[in-house]
Amino acid sequence: MQQDSSTTLDVGVEAQGWSIRASDIVFGLLVLVVMVLAWQKLGTKMDYYEQAILLGSGIAVVAFGCFWRPARQFMVVCGLLALGATQLYQGDLARAGQVFWLKYLLASQSAVMWMCVLFVLATLLYWLGLATRSATADLVGTGLTWSAAAAALVAKLVRWYESYLIGADVGHIPVSNLYEVFILFCLITALMYLYYEQKFATRRMGAFVLPIITAAVGFILWYSFDRRAHEIQPLIPALQSWWMKIHVPANFVGYGAFSLAAMLGVAQLLVSRGILASRLPSYDLLGEVMYRAIAVGFLFFTIATVLGAMWAADAWGGYWSWDPKETWALIVWLNYAVWLHLRLVKGWRGNVLAWWAVLGLLVTTFAFLGVNMFLSGLHSYGTL
Amino acid sequence: MRRHSVLRVLYELLSSMRFAISLLVVLAIASIIGTVLKQNEPYSNYVFELGPFWAVFFEILGLYDVYHSTWFLFILGFVVVSTAFCIYRHLPGILRDMRSYRDSASLKSLRAMAHHAEFPVSGAMEPIKARILASLQGSGYQVKVLQREDGLMFAAKRGSKHKLGYLLAHSSIVLCGLGFMLDGNPVLRWQQLFGTKVAETRDLPQSKIPAASRLAPNNLAFRGNVTVPTNAEVDVIFINSGSGYFVQELPFSIKLNKFQVEHYSTGQPKLFASDITVTEKATGKLTKATVSVNHPLVVNGIAIYQASFGDGGSKLELMAWNLFDPAARPHLVNTTSLNSQPYQIGKDKYTLELGEFRPFNIETMDEAKAVNKEGITGILADVRSVKAERRTRNMGPSIQFKLRDTQGQAREFLNYMSPAQLDGRFYLLSGVRTEVAQPFGFVRWPLDESMKIDGFMRLRAVMLDAAAYPEIARRAGVKARAGGAISASSAADFERSVVWVLQRFAEGGFAELDRFLKAKVPEDKRKTVAETYIKILQGAAAEALALADERAELPFRPLDEDRSRFLMDGLVAISASFDYGVPVYLQPVGFEEVKASGLQLTREPGKSLIYLAALMMICGVFCMFYIRESRIWLHLTTERALLAISSNRRNSELDREFEKYRTGLAKVLDAASAQE
Ligand code: HEM
Repeated sequence: MQQDSSTTLDVGVEAQGWSIRASDIVFGLLVLVVMVLAWQKLGTKMDYYEQAILLGSGIAVVAFGCFWRPARQFMVVCGLLALGATQLYQGDLARAGQVFWLKYLLASQSAVMWMCVLFVLATLLYWLGLATRSATADLVGTGLTWSAAAAALVAKLVRWYESYLIGADVGHIPVSNLYEVFILFCLITALMYLYYEQKFATRRMGAFVLPIITAAVGFILWYSFDRRAHEIQPLIPALQSWWMKIHVPANFVGYGAFSLAAMLGVAQLLVSRGILASRLPSYDLLGEVMYRAIAVGFLFFTIATVLGAMWAADAWGGYWSWDPKETWALIVWLNYAVWLHLRLVKGWRGNVLAWWAVLGLLVTTFAFLGVNMFLSGLHSYGTL
Repeated sequence: MRRHSVLRVLYELLSSMRFAISLLVVLAIASIIGTVLKQNEPYSNYVFELGPFWAVFFEILGLYDVYHSTWFLFILGFVVVSTAFCIYRHLPGILRDMRSYRDSASLKSLRAMAHHAEFPVSGAMEPIKARILASLQGSGYQVKVLQREDGLMFAAKRGSKHKLGYLLAHSSIVLCGLGFMLDGNPVLRWQQLFGTKVAETRDLPQSKIPAASRLAPNNLAFRGNVTVPTNAEVDVIFINSGSGYFVQELPFSIKLNKFQVEHYSTGQPKLFASDITVTEKATGKLTKATVSVNHPLVVNGIAIYQASFGDGGSKLELMAWNLFDPAARPHLVNTTSLNSQPYQIGKDKYTLELGEFRPFNIETMDEAKAVNKEGITGILADVRSVKAERRTRNMGPSIQFKLRDTQGQAREFLNYMSPAQLDGRFYLLSGVRTEVAQPFGFVRWPLDESMKIDGFMRLRAVMLDAAAYPEIARRAGVKARAGGAISASSAADFERSVVWVLQRFAEGGFAELDRFLKAKVPEDKRKTVAETYIKILQGAAAEALALADERAELPFRPLDEDRSRFLMDGLVAISASFDYGVPVYLQPVGFEEVKASGLQLTREPGKSLIYLAALMMICGVFCMFYIRESRIWLHLTTERALLAISSNRRNSELDREFEKYRTGLAKVLDAASAQE
């Protein structure tokens, strides 16, 4: 035995890359069963594109579960909770305010409120952990972040179902307006953070990443309390497209990743000045996670922009119209292209790139929010 | 020689990384301008916003159409050229690198690497060699084994596709550039430059547009719009170009059979779709299809999109009420929207320029805060419910038109057909304005108990009819005496006052009374005098209303709450009609809608290039980020082994990999020496 294991050069170090485990197969089969059931129930109501998307998302879920195993339990739990909610509704939206579990936990808006509370608590605990060097506080912070992410995913799934309860023609995937995508943003950013937390075995970055999610939470609260943005509106004709289902989530992987990178940039800048340096991960580690986040973000943002162009070609009659949103997407893209060149080709490391990532968040935020608020264009859907 | 070196320097510059990065930054900044300044607005808007000087200055810089301006296209071109040079410059090296194992690397260079290690070797060589080879190949390395003079060299590489990624992503930019250029129609730009094609700026009927502004059906690339009324057929579209336009002839004609609009129960639009028939000119082939938003139709490589919709010239019936001639009867005007016709009111000549007819006007009501429930539990219940309250209402059909007098002065009107409920009463609304940029000011014509405007018009006729004043005054006097408000002796004075107030009112409404007060009555008395006038006017108006009903042979109705409000509204409306600007109110009474569909047609031959480029970009970026290129050298003699690792990325992963192979190799060598 001793000899056998020494016959290769790479003993003792975990195998890298993908390898299939038994639990992966179980998970895969589970997803397959869900897909078949979904197909049986809804297959006839979907067009080819939607069927393809269903198939594609099944594959994506399995791949994601194999790539990052904790995501499997997460998805299964959220799936079950959402399923439970749909059973409790019994096809009547009014039950959201009557049935205990819906009213206080599972109705989409209740889940959103839980998400908000849990993210704020997670932020506080990560900071407590940072301040007191308490591993327990960090651990609780991680748990709260997972729970908040679960609340977000459940809220999305249940909201999707609720939209169909409002009216068969109103129903649509909840990625159609600013309110809905903000929840998506919280979910994606939190999951990405949890991934890096696990991969790099440090919980201390949470104190920096969670505040940006909390900021988003603040926006969500204001947006629903003051503007009643949480109400489900039917889709205007321009948004009635299966492109939306893939374009918007792809974009938000990008936005989430860029935000995360910017927050790590802040941490890196503090460490470079010796602030919190003994409590935070090393300067280089922060830099590396930042790079990884930007790389993922850039890839998905590229995909999202391409999908956007293809959608535009269907909806507006041209793949590129220099609409403000499009143009700002290009600016964001160029910004990170330059960042990546500087790091990868020029070999830059250090504070300039950290600052750049932080300023990149301003550019990204403007593309995401500012364009909607200050500039008008095809994306504002004022008219047809 | 000198010349050569200049070119060389230029090439070095263009293909340099530094230049590329600067270009990308410049491109990003330049792109911002066009998003901040609204593009392709009418020039007058810019003058209005920026002032005449800056408007001209900005125009010279091409800031009103940044993305088609020469300088912007120049930057884009530079990015493409620079990327192309960059690829050209790196290609030979990359190809060499992808093929090569670098098996001739010197021991010195291996020892100079950051990640290298040396081990003593003893024992049989063959098993060591076999294990090394198996292990490297097992982890995905391609290995070349070379017996060199100084020993045995294992040169291994993995992840060459990383470099392929570079090629894919960067070629994609060049391809994108080509596609974009193609769709920018260089041929037309060339023709415009030489003046063989000139954009038309006049507002001419399509058939009169000269050949220099017409583009043949085989035009390389275009994007233009056309409005097709129901049952009409078009075979040209219009392409905006600077301040003018071109007429693009199509290889087919499009007939609009029907335009459909659907709304959700909440009032938001749900569907816009055009049922069209396309007839290809060359073959006569018919294609019937429904084009809707997100679902274009492609014919002959030309894509047809649903872009907008509107009125296509609807038949209208307008009831014309003369506002100032009490004797004039209302008459019906039959006309068509989007049309213009001469129109005479009494002796005054006007042109009636009809604008758009809208069959419905969905309005969002004021932010319905009222729906919010009170208290914290109420608010919580509110955010818990995802069901939206209905916050829109349909104001019904409307017609917009201008009345232009012989001096060319115009007033614009927006008249609604359906009664609108305001403060619990019903009115017909008529908006009026003198400038296009202004919002409409609305006059409310009150409706009588049978929801008609006739009651008001009868009241107005009597109120403006001087011949009726003595009778009104007499009746008012009788009432006043009966109520004890005046004595018998002052009856004559009272009646004179009534007539006088009625006369003033007929000259200019409340405003005229106010003018008189301001001019003739001392300030401290104005309030009491004004109150007296109003009282007299109200009393007189009540008599006028009764008289109007008598003239129309209607049964007598007492002056109840409802009628009092009607009376007050009537006085306000008569007063407002003096500011109405024209002596006629055109009340929409009937219509036969003809819808029109706005279609956008595009031919974009570069689209497939762009899509290919997009695919290449995604694959390329993926390869560059997620395929790590690494190389391992293992130089083996009977005495020692030299391990070196390099990668295109220096990061913790390389450290880990190095560690893995170092310990692995140590174990293999230990095992070999132990077996010995
Ligand atoms: C405009 C002219 C451009 C030049 C001259 C240029 C040049 C280069 C060079 C020399 C490399 C190193 C390749 C290697 O050996 O790995 C590189 C890498 C890269 N380029 Fe560009 N580039 C240009 C434009 C762009 C643009 C517009 C993008 C936009 C996405 C881009 C994306 C990248 C990326 C992501 C890498 C990373 C390479 C790595 O992973 O090592 N490049 N570029």
